Amino acid sequence: MTLLQVRDLTVTFPTPRGPLDAVRSLDLDLEPGGALGIVGESGSGKSMTSLAIMGLQPRAAQRTGSVRLRDQELVGLSEAELRRVRGDRIAMVFQDPLSSLNPYYTVGLQIEEAYRAHRPGTTRRVARRVAIEALERVHIRDAARRVDHYPHQFSGGMRQRVMIAMALSTEPELLIADEPTTALDVTVQAQILDLLQEIRRETGTGLVLITHDLAVVSEVTDHIVVMKDGVCVERGPVEQIFTDPRHAYTQALLDAVPRIDDEIGALRAVTAGGAGDAAANDKKDGGPA
Amino acid sequence: MSTPLLRATNLVKEFPVLGTGGLLRRPDTFRAVDDVSFEINAGDTLALVGESGSGKSTTARLAARLLDVTSGTVELDGEDVTGLGRADLRRFRSEVQVVFQDPYSSLNPRHTVERIVTAPLLYQQRSIPGGARAFTRSLMERVGLDPDHSQKYPAQFSGGQAQRIGIARALAVGPRVVVCDEAVSALDVSVQAQVINLLRELQREEGLTYLFIAHDLAVVRQIATRVAVMTQGRIVEEGDRDAVFDAPQHEYTRKLLDAVPRIRPEWERERRRNAALAAGASA
Repeated sequence: MTLLQVRDLTVTFPTPRGPLDAVRSLDLDLEPGGALGIVGESGSGKSMTSLAIMGLQPRAAQRTGSVRLRDQELVGLSEAELRRVRGDRIAMVFQDPLSSLNPYYTVGLQIEEAYRAHRPGTTRRVARRVAIEALERVHIRDAARRVDHYPHQFSGGMRQRVMIAMALSTEPELLIADEPTTALDVTVQAQILDLLQEIRRETGTGLVLITHDLAVVSEVTDHIVVMKDGVCVERGPVEQIFTDPRHAYTQALLDAVPRIDDEIGALRAVTAGGAGDAAANDKKDGGPA
Repeated sequence: MSTPLLRATNLVKEFPVLGTGGLLRRPDTFRAVDDVSFEINAGDTLALVGESGSGKSTTARLAARLLDVTSGTVELDGEDVTGLGRADLRRFRSEVQVVFQDPYSSLNPRHTVERIVTAPLLYQQRSIPGGARAFTRSLMERVGLDPDHSQKYPAQFSGGQAQRIGIARALAVGPRVVVCDEAVSALDVSVQAQVINLLRELQREEGLTYLFIAHDLAVVRQIATRVAVMTQGRIVEEGDRDAVFDAPQHEYTRKLLDAVPRIRPEWERERRRNAALAAGASA
């Protein structure tokens, strides 16, 4: 059975100039254990998509369509029912781990609290063991001691590991990671991406990875959805998107990615970018190359 | 060999560690830049690459004389500029300008483009050639902005356009060296490509010299002529761009290059082949 099936998802904001769709008629499919990449530039609606899947869109926004987690429809659930799904069956990891962790509590306590909220009746002692095991699973050394440390005592990469540990403590079926490595140094990013892959292999947790980084999705995911201005412009298996993109925007985006292996004569600019920039670019491209 | 345009020799920068000093005790210091030397020849681009905390931005600020060195020297065209006072610094600033990472926070939100890009000249008490309006228009054209927008405010521009304003401001005084401190890091990939192209074009047409600070190695590959790799306040490897990328000598450089996510080269080749076929079919 499909793990996540999104149909016709639309998120609309009221604006003085009329309703604006941040996400429009989006369909997504993810099989158990699969990894789906949602890529796009700023304003493409990729992050709003991840929030809307969990019912976390801003209050002013209206969400329509269908979000099914296996056989359960999430759209229309009460807040109390949604809370039981979030953090339990679906977990989320955000870009900035420091702002997602409470600086006043030890990381262990935060993992324990999150776990106990979803497993009522769990004793402190059991929750603590869960926290230590969760930290061990994300390869934090000396977990039994580190569990009593505060967020500021961890480096950026280690904090993101803590967030992933917390997300995984309830053994969710689906992990949504929104730019999980964007704030991290490249060597740390590589470790976190490896960790996500390892978790997926070992636990079968489905992964939705939201990022602006095409190289990252090419390494981590097996299916890709390319978003622009709130709509999906192209979708397909990762190899197809990277070897034979059909939509002009995907092609332009791939042309614009700077390559580490090679200097490209002139990076091909995406002309459908900001209107002003596009105009400026057209003018520039008119000159001698 | 001619004199390098910009030369840094044995730069050291130490910062006091907060909370360690006392009435009779000097504070402990943290050495952010530890004996860094480099040279940039006119018309070249030296990229300083490294991860956060490597000291690359501090090094750039020392070279641009935005920070004072703890020890070491900075020379511009053979002249020691390390100890320049206020008046002489003005002269230095008309030769060396900086473009910062976040255009919105480095451009005054209450000033028009015209006021922003002419400010460096006013600050240096220089006259504006041809008058402020005409000067602004020609600068805006050089960086690919619509000159009719000279009376707009930074917030009215997209990120890529705002960074072009930052570049225009840097160019206003006619500098020979531009220090780009993560100047394209905050931009979307499509806009980033345009700004990289602009920087390359300006260099080709006007012979600018860049000190380019970046953490993104793929961007560095596109723009640098030479690369210096920094970690923990030191340069561990320096060389011609292709040498550093294709045959890295230092273990840290190799680790850094290995960690960069990349699209499989065989996919990339196939994509280009497919694109060429499609272009042929439609022609």
